[in-house]
Amino acid sequence: MPERAEAESGSGPTPLSALSTVAGSLLTIASTFIGLTAVTFVIGRVMPVDPVLAIVGDRASQDVYDRVFLELGLDRPLYEQYWRYLMQLFRGDFGTSIMTAQPVLQDLIRFFPATLELATLATLVGVLAGVPLGVVAAVRQGRLTDHLVRIFGLFGYSVPIFWLGMVALLIFYGALGWLPGPGRIEVYYDGIVAPVTGFIVIDAAYAGEWEIVRNALSHLVLPVAILSTYALAYIARMTRSFMLDQLRQEYMLTARVKGLSERAVIWRHAFRNVLVQLITIIGLTYASLLEGSVLTETIFAWPGIGQYITHSLFNSDMNAVLGGTIVVGISFVGINMLSDLLYKMVDPRARA
Amino acid sequence: MTFPALRGAREYLLSGAPRSALQARCQRVWFSWRTFSANPVAVAGLLIVLALVSAAVIAPWITGSDGLDPELSRRLLPPSAAHWFGTDELGRDIYDRIIWGARITLYIVTLVGAIVVPIGLLIGTIAGYVGGIVDTVLMRITDIFLAFPRLILALALVAALGPGIENAVIAIALTTWSPYARIARAEALTLRGSEFILAARAQGASTGGILLRHITPLCVSSVIVRLTLDMAGIILTAAGLGFLGLGAQPPTPEWGAMISTGRQFLLDQWWVPTIPGIAIFIVSLGFNLLGDGLRDVMDPRHNA
Amino acid sequence: MKAQSRTLLEVEGLNIRYPTPRGAVEAVRNVSFTLGREKLGIVGESGSGKTQTGRAILRLTETHARVRADKLHFDGIDLLAANEQTMRRIRGRRISMIMQDPKYSLNPVMSVGEQIAEVFRVHSGAPARKARRRAVEMLDSVRIRDPERVYRAYPHEVSGGMGQRIMIAMMMTPNPDIIIADEPTSALDVTVQLQVLALLDDMVSDNGMGLIFISHDLELVASFCDRVVVMYAGQVVEVVDAGALHQARHPYTRGLLNCLPRIGTHGRDLPVLQRRSSWAAGISPRNRHA
Repeated sequence: MPERAEAESGSGPTPLSALSTVAGSLLTIASTFIGLTAVTFVIGRVMPVDPVLAIVGDRASQDVYDRVFLELGLDRPLYEQYWRYLMQLFRGDFGTSIMTAQPVLQDLIRFFPATLELATLATLVGVLAGVPLGVVAAVRQGRLTDHLVRIFGLFGYSVPIFWLGMVALLIFYGALGWLPGPGRIEVYYDGIVAPVTGFIVIDAAYAGEWEIVRNALSHLVLPVAILSTYALAYIARMTRSFMLDQLRQEYMLTARVKGLSERAVIWRHAFRNVLVQLITIIGLTYASLLEGSVLTETIFAWPGIGQYITHSLFNSDMNAVLGGTIVVGISFVGINMLSDLLYKMVDPRARA
Repeated sequence: MTFPALRGAREYLLSGAPRSALQARCQRVWFSWRTFSANPVAVAGLLIVLALVSAAVIAPWITGSDGLDPELSRRLLPPSAAHWFGTDELGRDIYDRIIWGARITLYIVTLVGAIVVPIGLLIGTIAGYVGGIVDTVLMRITDIFLAFPRLILALALVAALGPGIENAVIAIALTTWSPYARIARAEALTLRGSEFILAARAQGASTGGILLRHITPLCVSSVIVRLTLDMAGIILTAAGLGFLGLGAQPPTPEWGAMISTGRQFLLDQWWVPTIPGIAIFIVSLGFNLLGDGLRDVMDPRHNA
Repeated sequence: MKAQSRTLLEVEGLNIRYPTPRGAVEAVRNVSFTLGREKLGIVGESGSGKTQTGRAILRLTETHARVRADKLHFDGIDLLAANEQTMRRIRGRRISMIMQDPKYSLNPVMSVGEQIAEVFRVHSGAPARKARRRAVEMLDSVRIRDPERVYRAYPHEVSGGMGQRIMIAMMMTPNPDIIIADEPTSALDVTVQLQVLALLDDMVSDNGMGLIFISHDLELVASFCDRVVVMYAGQVVEVVDAGALHQARHPYTRGLLNCLPRIGTHGRDLPVLQRRSSWAAGISPRNRHA
């Protein structure tokens, strides 16, 4: 019987194909990483007229200058320099920051949680609000809800986030006084809670300082709301468009023929297909918020990696800038890889 | 060329059997325009973009000053009949600066487009048409750039090259070209084996000629749609760099930089940082609306 | 021939129109037929309104379609007047439909078994384990070997023939009174077509269901069904007993019969199917759209 053969040939991934999938994604990660470091290498070591000066600053003594010159191996050929650079990165050696006089890696570990906190919460808001909005808009295509969602989507797509943050501060902090101003926490609470995870809310809860938890949360409201504007707009728009696409499919008719309620038809049948496509979109959003937080952090004086990079930039602190770039780049690659993996797990068609 | 008289124009455009390639093309454009113009939102987008272009072109005639010279006697005046959008901290007319700023915005997006599209088309068509190892390598590179954090990379690049519009443009272009390569590659892949390409090759056309004359023109509509939709993102990124002080430098009336310098007056002279923000918003909204409309006309598959 | 002991479905004067910016399109006009526990074929070219007729019975035409009928009764229920809840209890449970291509009609991200079990659970409220057992039984009953394995498979992992068996299993699960099969074999390979048809025939006969078999293939329908409704341009032009098909009088039906090639008759051009607007105009000339 032909059916038997079919059932067998289509049953799950063979070990070999699974192996090649893993190898494929490893290759992607490796090549992206090499590309990323090559670019930062070019930016840091090749482009500046004097890379040593770019690193030590113009106030350094001749001794320091010479030492760094040799450390960088600037007397060696370029490919060897790149190799050494790569090896340094693998050891976690991003150089020392001029500004903080500490290893860049340590700085990054200190600043990164604030950014992660902001981007994660904003993505969460974007997903929790954007997905239902997109679904409802698609189901009610052409009606008021749909128009409102589309208008909001266009707004979120077109508004300069840093400007919106500024205006929101003016209104909710300056004029109404409903929400606290810039910063992660009120100054007088600063330094009370010992950093364990680096996320103030968690650390304060861990220490039982509920006053501080509340204060930290209230400081999160505005920046998260602002940062999530784009996420919300993008996710709602994509959800709507995916959903419309699914509603046209023939298996929607099948689901209705089976006598399912409209809710089951939409959420169990259409939405499951939408969800598969949304994984990639959510991953992209998360990644872009991680870097988009640079501007939001500037507005809200948020001590995250974006602010670290911009401050370093104005102090010509090249090691810090490039270190930050690499960390954000790696998070980018990591998130994309993760969403790719998740996609392959959820979509039966991609599993083979 | 004999152009049909105006009375015959309608028939020329609507006749079911076009008699020349020109007529067929005119008809296609006409029908696209009819679909497009039936969509008021898209037309609004077009009007905004046209307004931006005309403001940039006729700036000298519709402004009272070049928006650069300080006039300290009239610092921070609120909006009035004399100064529609008020004046900034150096007494410069904000309306004038916004209009002149249109030139900078247009300059940035045009420059980015002019860099990104040819590079993307070149890499994409070669990858798709030649195939094999060339395709693999080129697409691997494209993917690498696709996976880059745009703003952060722009920051790093500006850190090395120094702030300025041109460097901001290079930074943006570096992270924008890859989708165009993907579009062009997809187009080239589907066309590679088609009859008319084979025919062109049989007539002795070179690979370069085929790419340029046969494949590239067919990518144009997708590229235009994509570029229009990308414009808003480019404008926002450029404004963001300007805001961080890494794009256009003072006293250039770049909108992002205007927000940045006006920021300290937010509480008492709200108009100084608010007006440029609205300008950025309207222009990127215009490009988004236009892009959506164009996509509906040119790429009906995405019609959602 | 089976006795048409009881009429299950009565369709009288069914009209379906689609309002468009350029005036209404009449997809179905004044269609009438009845169905008992028998096999009824509906034949016509694409666009003749046969699919629309099938969907109207389940009230699953597009939302902007206007459906009117003098009578659209199923087992004493007025289908046009019934509320949505009543319709949901009829759909799947009592009237079911099999679509053309399992590649599109099965949900790509749900396992085959889950989709079959779902229909059982919705109508019986049975617990998951019982539904699962039932789904496996159904897969077995449509002659799929190793049903446990297919239960876990996804639609893209099965062939068209197997997909259509799965579709049949799914739609037969609640043991409905009427099955509407809309071109159920058109997307399949010729060799598989006959297997699927035989299966469908057995399932319908064994369970004493009524079948509406929608197809463009007159010969196939005639060999498979008891009676044949011939549709043209949204109207019924003729209703004939399958056995008496070759005595059909209407020129359109005759045209459909004659345009098939026969092996062994050389040198004769196949006649082109004649179409006369007068056939379509017969009943309500006012509604004919240009």
